[in-house]
Amino acid sequence: MYDTIIIGAGMSGLAAGIRLAYYDRRVCILERHNTIGGLNSFYRLRGRDYDVGLHAVTNFTPKGEKKGPLARLLRQLRFRWDEFALAEQVGSTIAFPGVSLQFGNDFDLFRSEVHKQFPRQKDQFEKLISKIVDYDDLNQEIFDLSTRQVLAETIDDPLLIEMLLCPLMWYGNGREHDMDFGQFCIMFRSIFFEGFARPLAGVRLILKKLVRKFRGLGGELKLRSGVDKIHVQDGEAVSVVLESGEELLGRKVVSSAGWLETMRLCDDVSHVDSSQAGQLSFTESVSILDCPPRDLGVDRTIVFYNDSEKFHWQKPSGLSDVRTGVICSPNNFAYDPDDDAQAMLDGVVRITSLANHNSWSALSEQEYALEKLRCYDDVLESAVRFTPDFRNHIIDTDMFTPTTIRRYTGHDNGAVYGAPQKRLDGATHLKNLFICGTDQGFVGIIGAIVSGISVANQHLLRD
Amino acid sequence: MTPGDIREEIIDILESIAPDEDLSELQDAPNFRDQLELDSMDFLDIVMELRKRYRIQIPEEEYEQLASMQSTVAYLEPIMKDMAKAS
Ligand SMILES: Cc1cc2nc3c(=O)[nH]c(=O)nc-3n(C[C@H](O)[C@H](O)[C@H](O)COP(=O)(O)OP(=O)(O)OC[C@H]3O[C@@H](n4cnc5c(N)ncnc54)[C@H](O)[C@@H]3O)c2cc1C
Repeated sequence: MYDTIIIGAGMSGLAAGIRLAYYDRRVCILERHNTIGGLNSFYRLRGRDYDVGLHAVTNFTPKGEKKGPLARLLRQLRFRWDEFALAEQVGSTIAFPGVSLQFGNDFDLFRSEVHKQFPRQKDQFEKLISKIVDYDDLNQEIFDLSTRQVLAETIDDPLLIEMLLCPLMWYGNGREHDMDFGQFCIMFRSIFFEGFARPLAGVRLILKKLVRKFRGLGGELKLRSGVDKIHVQDGEAVSVVLESGEELLGRKVVSSAGWLETMRLCDDVSHVDSSQAGQLSFTESVSILDCPPRDLGVDRTIVFYNDSEKFHWQKPSGLSDVRTGVICSPNNFAYDPDDDAQAMLDGVVRITSLANHNSWSALSEQEYALEKLRCYDDVLESAVRFTPDFRNHIIDTDMFTPTTIRRYTGHDNGAVYGAPQKRLDGATHLKNLFICGTDQGFVGIIGAIVSGISVANQHLLRD
Repeated sequence: MTPGDIREEIIDILESIAPDEDLSELQDAPNFRDQLELDSMDFLDIVMELRKRYRIQIPEEEYEQLASMQSTVAYLEPIMKDMAKAS
């Protein structure tokens, strides 16, 4: 009998597991895949290492800073700041036709860029900043406000509104067209007030730290152990049944599989409204270059681009929508120049585009391979309008699609940020079943870790 | 344990909660919160560490006794005076 069974060894499940194991709970994490990481995993292809979901770690705050999610999660998981080996971004850009805004990890740069490009919005922008500073994480009513409405009331240049929404929606919005104001504030802080960083070794470094700590504290991790059913008796989850048929008993269960996905596992739930699933999924086009990207002038950490004045955040009707995208080069962080591993780093450019899960999953194997090639070319052609053309230097490529994301996360529609409606308290209809991760409300690497920690503290450690 | 031992143990707990924190300047009278920026989550950890290390159960209404080093040591002294230091 376990004190707690955790479904999923992504960032959130691992973080929850560490908290529980640290306080001597008997805890087991069950992961369907043969590897950990979920959406943030990594793989090897033709002799090269690839990260699935890491562009940048958000919420960067420097060593010694005690406030903010990064400092808090380090404390809660008992890591030293240095252990994540974070190197800061060199600088990022929001690029729209004819106007761009630069930003880095010092908010004053972004502020002065907005003042310069939108001189008439200076006071309005400051008003927005104070609303964001004042926003209180715990207030569900304010969380649910429409961001577009709040922005329209505060700022009267529509272009600035779209330029602010573009990066924040890209990095953390599961809702089409609009965004919950709470989510907007959280993302604004994590990207503009705090910032981007990355470990030279990529996401595997963070995952290895997490899993080592979990196991070192006596936690159990079972890979290739997909949960098929949560068995319910008298309003309580009593056990989970694996795909192999094995049954494991637990006093409490916490799931990072997603809200609808978890409801479907419960054997007392007969109907799940699948129309509430998230719709937004991505393709990721990865290009390996024969030189460091900056030699070609590709010198930004991340470029969020959009090719018209209006930013469309919605599921594409066809396979993909390449009008907007995110260009990221893992090379463009301020790594320690003495670290030899840096010289070994391939030149990489990754580009994310919006994609439609159903269109991709309906393709035959042959069509799928062909469409991937076609989409890759479209993506690059679109992106090189916003970054120097690097296409003559590509020596290898890979691409993943919504069907890949669905495989890694189990989310309906391969929805990267899960369902639009978040469950901030992590509670379910069962008193000993909880959810954490993407559908609880916090997204991204740091968000998922914070989610695991807070669900563990709130629901699993108080007895 | 003497009050001095208890103080040392609390320092050790704070070090494990906030490994990057320099605790050499920590003063006994002012609140931890004002000196260390502990939030309520971290605060819960002091309570849970005491439980983990010494099986001490602190009821929620007495958490406020742990606000500063001085009050913590005073609160724990009668409970811990007959305990041996954990290694
Ligand atoms: C292309 C791309 C780029 C991204 N870039 C960034 C970035 O740069 N920075 C950033 O911060 N975030 C980024 N993200 C987002 C980030 O990856 C996720 O928000 C985060 O990993 C979510 O973690 P999680 O623990 O909530 O969920 P998941 O990672 O989805 O973990 C859930 C786990 O549960 C397992 N599971 C599901 N169902 C079952 C079951 N029935 N039984 C057993 N196991 C099950 C899954 O296999 C999975 O391992 C990116 C995502 C994508 C797709």
